[in-house]
Amino acid sequence: MGLLSKKDANLIIDPLTDNNPITIQVLGICSALAITAELKASLVMGIAVLFVLGVGNVVISLMRNIIPSKIRIIVQLIVVATLVIIVDQVLKAFAFELSKTLSVFIGLIITNCIIMGRFEAFALGNGPWKSFLDGIGNSLGYAVILIIVGFFRELLGSGTLFGIPVLGDPIEKTGVYASGYENNGFMLMPPMALIIVGLIIWVQRSRNKDLIED
Amino acid sequence: MIEHLELFFKSIFIDNMVFAVFLGMCSYLAVSKKVATAVGLGAAVIFVLAITVPLNWLLDQYLLQPGALSWLDPKYGIGGAEEMDLGFLSFIMFIATIATMVQLVEIVVEKFSPSLYNSLGIFLPLIAVNCAILGGSLFMQSREIETLGLALNYGVSSGIGWFLAILAIAAIREKIRYSNVPAPLRGLGITFIITGLMGIGFLSFGGMLTGGDEEGEPSTEPSAQIEHIETEKEAKKLADNTKTVE
Repeated sequence: MGLLSKKDANLIIDPLTDNNPITIQVLGICSALAITAELKASLVMGIAVLFVLGVGNVVISLMRNIIPSKIRIIVQLIVVATLVIIVDQVLKAFAFELSKTLSVFIGLIITNCIIMGRFEAFALGNGPWKSFLDGIGNSLGYAVILIIVGFFRELLGSGTLFGIPVLGDPIEKTGVYASGYENNGFMLMPPMALIIVGLIIWVQRSRNKDLIED
Repeated sequence: MIEHLELFFKSIFIDNMVFAVFLGMCSYLAVSKKVATAVGLGAAVIFVLAITVPLNWLLDQYLLQPGALSWLDPKYGIGGAEEMDLGFLSFIMFIATIATMVQLVEIVVEKFSPSLYNSLGIFLPLIAVNCAILGGSLFMQSREIETLGLALNYGVSSGIGWFLAILAIAAIREKIRYSNVPAPLRGLGITFIITGLMGIGFLSFGGMLTGGDEEGEPSTEPSAQIEHIETEKEAKKLADNTKTVE
């Protein structure tokens, strides 16, 4: 298909594995860990970052020739802050419960290093279409890690996915609980998210030896 | 006084910026390879938080809260004729004050103490986009800190908590350079796992401020809430069972 040339397609695929913003570029860790106790919250956060990074990349790329170098950080911050305010207001209007769970972490998308990092590394030097694809790719890479961590934390921590019990009922002792399985409440605690990401990094680097640090 | 002490210890140990809410992780991971640089960055974070949190508190109090503009004209207050809620401007105003203050601090430090600038200098611009700084202001707003003194207290103690965390991980990372970490885990992977283990350790401080209460507050942690709900349901089931026997 001629829709995306090979190089353009790579802009989307690379951040999903080999150049993943969280595990390889070490960006965007803060919000990745704190809200992943529920799969739904992880998904919504992924979508929020997709919007902010996609649109933000395009805007910065369109303005790249007129931003004076000395104030470029401030301009970037203003663009991101505006987009995040939009996301926050939309969330408060259409998904109030979820916006309470995500609370300050939507605001913290402003300082999410992935967004500023991609602005500096890509949008300031490339055209709008490529910047848009790069934004999509990196936010998908970010969302993938969030979803994996959220999946394990919610499944092992509350036995539910998206709020729907999938392992049986812990009170009535049906399903898996009948044989004595108990929910690992510890998975809902923040430190477990760190350990799960550490394990993901282990798996990723075992599969791709080039990424091993000295 | 008690309030201040409580907030101080709570922000350092229980709501630690790194272990409880994961703020400032990017620079935490990037800068923790040596203790000397970690100390420099930690000190800079305390400094910036101590300045920006009270400033943002003032902004929040007199501009951003619902009805905050009542000092301008009573009709803008709560219940007034033209009640104003500028809360949606919080993000942009907070980040603007942070970026400006960091820039100001950098200029002042460069002028009056070049040696301090040389040791801290490279970290100061980095700090403007450190989520710990914006996070400090946002948590101050969402937890509705009541006075300026408490806001200053919160800023300084959150900074100290972050400083403690990065100091500890830098010290550990210096030591494990001599350990046999499996190749794929070396560097980033093992740091994540160690930070997670440290976080588990810090959970032990959770009971610190509730001891001595006559009626302890029900814990809001998810696991405790699940247990609470389960025991309630079981008690209800038992009660139901006894009813049908009659």
